Amino acid sequence: MSEINVQRRQFLKMSMGVAAVSIAPGIFLFDMAHGKADANKVRWGMLIETANCAEGCNDCVTACNTENGLSDGVSSTDSQWIRKIEIKDISTGRETSLPMMCQHCEHPPCVDVCPTGASFKRADGIVLVDKHLCIGCRYCMMACPYKARSFVHEPLQNQNPDVPRGRGTVESCTMCVHRIDQGQQPACAVACPNKSILFGNLNDPDSEIATRIRTVASAQVRADLGLNPGVRYQGL
Amino acid sequence: MLRLLSILAVLCLCIPAYATESSAIPKLDIGKGGECVKEPQWMRKNHMHLLTHQRDEVVHKGVRDDKISLKNCIECHASTKDDSVIARDDSFCVACHRYEAVKLDCFECHSGERKSAWLKRNSK
Ligand code: SF4
Ligand code: SF4
Repeated sequence: MSEINVQRRQFLKMSMGVAAVSIAPGIFLFDMAHGKADANKVRWGMLIETANCAEGCNDCVTACNTENGLSDGVSSTDSQWIRKIEIKDISTGRETSLPMMCQHCEHPPCVDVCPTGASFKRADGIVLVDKHLCIGCRYCMMACPYKARSFVHEPLQNQNPDVPRGRGTVESCTMCVHRIDQGQQPACAVACPNKSILFGNLNDPDSEIATRIRTVASAQVRADLGLNPGVRYQGL
Repeated sequence: MLRLLSILAVLCLCIPAYATESSAIPKLDIGKGGECVKEPQWMRKNHMHLLTHQRDEVVHKGVRDDKISLKNCIECHASTKDDSVIARDDSFCVACHRYEAVKLDCFECHSGERKSAWLKRNSK
């Protein structure tokens, strides 16, 4: 989404807010400023150091599968929340290995297109699907430029009690929201043997991740789309 | 007229008899049980509202009130035999929902098992 579009949306939101107020003072037809209160204090993000990420290593993917009860891709329709990709610059021959998952965009197109409000962004920047509302239309899967989302095709059993998942809904990396809410780190960040995944609060200037992105060069994948992902990569 | 009245009288007598017969509470395995977060009769009528409210708070705002979470219901009410609220016909959730003929779809996504049992089975 271009800067202009973002501004236009902001403008539309503001004018809708005015419309809502003018219906009756104090009565809002809908709540546009969802979870705004601490919106600026916390934004969870990740910084991935590709130089440390070893080719062929799959530990983050395995940890994610175990934590969230994914089947590890035994059938072709199985969900994939995180995957390892190897890229090669053809002109120089330089090869890079990196994990790819939901980038937790600040302006998530998956949220824009969702007809039911199931796809949403939490106040702390985590983009989730509320499966109670998801109708399985899969618009969000098409809208996501990072192909981060999966659809659950088959009935599931034996889910992790902390990670409800079910047939007919779309899902993607939750940044291990159930762990974050308990003050823990995402499973992939903990599992990486090379400490390539740094998780933290991008909006806290004293956090390790904020200090790192201030001092070393890092990039967002497809930064040209202007989605401002919360996941950044070093050495791309 | 007299006939109509007598029919009515018979009907009136029938209703209480019918009512006591059908209000026999289904037999269910309440698991560990203990003191609930609210009074049991209130819970029978309103547990779904509590759960719906809690689910929106958790999913959208991350406010995890452990006391009124579905997980905590399961913690107390999963059977002590199989650690589940849905595994058998007399399991805590199933017995009543069958009796009332209300579809129970929470567990298409949510686990009906006690977390400790799940952990035991899934940690190698
Ligand atoms: S990466 Fe895809 S799924 Fe994740 S927030 Fe962005 S658009 Fe949505
Ligand atoms: S699949 Fe679900 S989350 Fe995605 S756009 Fe449709 S309703 Fe929204």
